[in-house]
Amino acid sequence: MNDGERKLLARIDDVDLAFGERIVLRNCSLDIKQGAITCIIGLSGAGKSTILRLLDGLIPPDTGHIYLLGQDLCHMSEDKVNQLRQKIGFSFQFAALLDSLTVGENVALPLEEHSKLSRSEIRRTVLDALDSVGLLHAYDDLPAELSGGMLKRAGFARAIVTRPELVLYDEPTTGLDPIVSKLITETILKLRAKLSGTAVVISHDLPSIFAMADYIAMLFEGAIIAYDTADRIRNSSNPIVQQFLQGSEAGPIPI
Amino acid sequence: MRLLARVGRATNDFFEYTGGLTLLSAESAGFLVRLRIRVGETISQCALLGVQSLVIVVLTSLFTGMVISLESAQQAVAYGFSNLVGGAVAYASVRELGPMLTAVVVAGRVGAAIAAELGSMVVTEQIEALRSMGLEPSRFLVVPRLLALLLMLPLLTIFADVVSILGGAWIAQEYAHIPFDSFMASVRESIGFVDVIKGLLKTFVFATIIAMVGAYQGLSTRGGAAGVGKSTTFSVVLAIILIFASNFVLSFLLFNK
Repeated sequence: MNDGERKLLARIDDVDLAFGERIVLRNCSLDIKQGAITCIIGLSGAGKSTILRLLDGLIPPDTGHIYLLGQDLCHMSEDKVNQLRQKIGFSFQFAALLDSLTVGENVALPLEEHSKLSRSEIRRTVLDALDSVGLLHAYDDLPAELSGGMLKRAGFARAIVTRPELVLYDEPTTGLDPIVSKLITETILKLRAKLSGTAVVISHDLPSIFAMADYIAMLFEGAIIAYDTADRIRNSSNPIVQQFLQGSEAGPIPI
Repeated sequence: MRLLARVGRATNDFFEYTGGLTLLSAESAGFLVRLRIRVGETISQCALLGVQSLVIVVLTSLFTGMVISLESAQQAVAYGFSNLVGGAVAYASVRELGPMLTAVVVAGRVGAAIAAELGSMVVTEQIEALRSMGLEPSRFLVVPRLLALLLMLPLLTIFADVVSILGGAWIAQEYAHIPFDSFMASVRESIGFVDVIKGLLKTFVFATIIAMVGAYQGLSTRGGAAGVGKSTTFSVVLAIILIFASNFVLSFLLFNK
């Protein structure tokens, strides 16, 4: 599918956001295209995870609009936003599984709360989701018993169990060794193929990003300064993008 | 100017805290009224917050009843009013100390646990994860704890009242040679069913204070482990102060003739 054929699933439109005195986003706009994996790159603390939280309606912008599935999140009641959130999966950086529940119970939670499936159907769906991330054996384990990579994959299973239209991944490979990082990247690609869905990935892991991204957006000083296909970003003439990709100290990015 | 700024900030913080606590309480009450309750979780919270508090509540009230009896029996025997000792113990236990001390003990144990658990969930993004799944933390976490305390605190208080009176009767018999029957007759003369009910009415207010202060403090935790520690300590301190203050107001309204 070429760029022009893809529809918009979500849009961040001219958003400003500050936490107290600290300005995080300024005139920030970003399009999320349907069926594509969009990766957001940028320096640590640049506000990348904040963009995911904006897309999920977890925090409201100070000004601007967040459109998701054609609806403006900024003008919706919390109940309506909650309904919309059922179409979004969120995989947190540290998985954020409820530590009092087993992995199976964690993954089953959104289905138990929002679907009318029977107990056996829920169990079957949960097992299928765990199988997709290679964690079938961890159904009865507590989150505290899992390794970092397994936790992330359990978080993926919970994020995709409702077959959402959009999956948000917050730093899925951070803190993992290269082998597990590769496994996580392959899992994201496999899940995208399985769900035929859209994903937004926040990451610093460049090999992983170029392995999975259809589009890459670079966030710098509160705004998206570059947005294009992965290949075009790789060959971008923007000195900020090139400095970031090369991990060089010399360049326009202040260290 | 600095003083003014400080006063302004403190006033702002006070209203922000009070407003947040009120909103969370109203939201939780809304779910309770609409019966949007997680029954299984509520039952397990009843066991965790109520049943597991029984031993400490029983011990506290036993020694309280014993000490009231010890002090009042000494005076009563000296002045020839030993037939009033049972009444003194029952009066103090059922109307004041039973409900209040039970609430204070539960605030120390359960209020702290609620604040610590929810605070840890905030700093590990579990609360945000719940919201991202379209689940309201107030319905999911606060309502079961609130309902469990509303159910269990009156029951614990009944235990406390009974144990306190029995402890008092035992000390009166051993120390002042007041027969058990005579002690219990004095109990029956001094307090009526209405006193017991009024005492138990207080526990619903105390249960709400413990659950809501613990929950709000936990959910508004900022920072890491240090933030959880601060939330836990503050929730216990605030809940105990509010229990004492509301006990005075409730006693004034319920028992003042």
